[in-house]
Amino acid sequence: MLRREGQCLLYVDRHIIHDGSFHAFAKLAKRGLPVRRPRLTFGTPDHYVPTVSRSPADAPNPEVRRMVEIFASNVGAHGVTAFQLDDERQGIVHIVGPEQGITLPGLLLVCGDSHTSTHGALGALAFGIGQSENEHVLATQTLWQAPQKTMRILIEGQRPAGVSAKDVILAIIAKIGAGGAVGHVIEYAGAAVRAMTIEERLTLCNMSIEAGARAGMVAPDDTTFSYVLGKSFAPKGALWDAALAYWKTLPSDPGARFDADVRLDANHLEPMVTWGTSPETAAPISAAVPDPASAPDAPRRHSMERALEYMGLAPGTRLEGLPVDRVFIGSCTNSRIEDLRAAAAVARGRKAKVPAMVVPGSGLVKKQAEAEGLDKIFRDAGFEWRYAGCSMCVGMNGDLGRPAQRVASTSNRNFEGRQGQGVRTHLMSPAMAAAAAIAGCLTDIRKF
Amino acid sequence: MPEKFVSLTAVAAPYEPVNVDTDQIIPARFLKAPRSEGYGKFLFHDLAQVPGFVLNGAPYRDAKIFVGNTNFGCGSSREGAAFAFYDRGFRSIVAPSFSDIFHNNCVKNGIVPVRLPQAVCDRIRISLAERPGTQLTVDLEEQRVVEPDGTAHEFAMDPFFRDMLLQGLDELGLTLSLQSEIEAFERAYAEAAPWAAR
Repeated sequence: MLRREGQCLLYVDRHIIHDGSFHAFAKLAKRGLPVRRPRLTFGTPDHYVPTVSRSPADAPNPEVRRMVEIFASNVGAHGVTAFQLDDERQGIVHIVGPEQGITLPGLLLVCGDSHTSTHGALGALAFGIGQSENEHVLATQTLWQAPQKTMRILIEGQRPAGVSAKDVILAIIAKIGAGGAVGHVIEYAGAAVRAMTIEERLTLCNMSIEAGARAGMVAPDDTTFSYVLGKSFAPKGALWDAALAYWKTLPSDPGARFDADVRLDANHLEPMVTWGTSPETAAPISAAVPDPASAPDAPRRHSMERALEYMGLAPGTRLEGLPVDRVFIGSCTNSRIEDLRAAAAVARGRKAKVPAMVVPGSGLVKKQAEAEGLDKIFRDAGFEWRYAGCSMCVGMNGDLGRPAQRVASTSNRNFEGRQGQGVRTHLMSPAMAAAAAIAGCLTDIRKF
Repeated sequence: MPEKFVSLTAVAAPYEPVNVDTDQIIPARFLKAPRSEGYGKFLFHDLAQVPGFVLNGAPYRDAKIFVGNTNFGCGSSREGAAFAFYDRGFRSIVAPSFSDIFHNNCVKNGIVPVRLPQAVCDRIRISLAERPGTQLTVDLEEQRVVEPDGTAHEFAMDPFFRDMLLQGLDELGLTLSLQSEIEAFERAYAEAAPWAAR
């Protein structure tokens, strides 16, 4: 819209909010301001919702319950379109946006959650913001931003069997580091990206933030357009035709220059798991825990030593065969229907050796999975089948592990305490997590 | 509204780990608290349980400057991380690089995020650790960090953010004054991209 001293005032096309937005609403109320464009604002509770049922009474304590209630009262008071617990469209914000056609190519979309980078899979510019920025968008439908640098990650070749989009993004983060893309917006390109389904691209873009990127995106193509067509909030009729004509102009020009270029060969990727407390500690399942002595400098050596101490791991330990105590399949990274199908294909006809839970990303994903009989496959294999929410990715609803428990998880962060104080998280794909539940240890899906 | 920041000379606390994530700065279970309760007690809550954690020591009780390492404040967008630093008394964080969201959250809460080269940050952290209680000066007006021996390090700062911090403003007031520009944009945009409007 306009520029001031190196910052641009951007118009926000879609603003998505969740039950963690209460600080923003509190600030808004303090200034007595309304939500400027409630029709461009969409909400669903996800972080604090119970997943054992749809009853607020199943919150672990009154404070958690109150978060969901405050959210309902805030969106109600301001006339924001919201999908509440009794609505089958409720779910994790980053699952719901694309599923409902709220996320569209070429739009600017923001949300007070770092994994907003997910929505870039449809060719939107989407990034996470803080609560003050959240308030600013609610009040003005705009946001001040400095222009970002660009990074292209070219992924050529074809993924071998057993290697999912999750393994691709974990390999990228391992390669460029948790801060490798700070200050950049990533465009993922190349044959391996073109070949991905939209759900795979959503997984890829979701973890851009774990490499430090402001946003991640994939140029919209026919795969994108057929995904968006017919979604509830997507344009229809003449508007669709006009939108489509514009969306086709969005891809980067051939020969476009980027501030940074990264290449990855998909042909040689393996299923990945993390061994430490940063997503950059991802390694092929065939690898061993590295030795801190190999770190490039003292701070990194100390961080590695601290990570291994927290994780209860010794250098040289093989990742394959490492016993796990429980398994979590869910989160905005991996709770879409294709993720659940991949996990169910592994669980089918087998029995879990350790407690495992499956948390669909939305009520609609849950419904689809049940129509396909996936819930029965999971239950027969001894997995718990839950209702939609962020659940054990961040544990704000009380879905937490116990100290020293080792968790195979399809979520996006293995930070200290992320899944509960002292809990040891290993990140991996849905198929690898399901295999870990069956084997009771980290295992190589290619041998399964 | 955060306090104005012009220049500050205060005890600086060094913290070496790389990729310090906001889950460490404030664990998720504390994010339900209303801001009026004060977030200072949540700062590094779980790490502080480990004896010897840097902020537990006497010289750092009054620290107002924090010197970290690369990719500081990565991970979750939780603004509670900035609230915790501010409410504990910190007014500036110096590091080689910051996560973008945490960096912006600092600015909106009156904390000056200062980027200095890796080698400079490494050296400052080492000298702070050798002489606990050492003071640094963060001068936003002059855009430099000054060590006790007078060694000065210039830093870059977005002029828009610098103005806000110097004046203790947040940008919402400015944007609200641009109402007619926003309305004009909305009219033109609805015509040019009707599928985006709702």
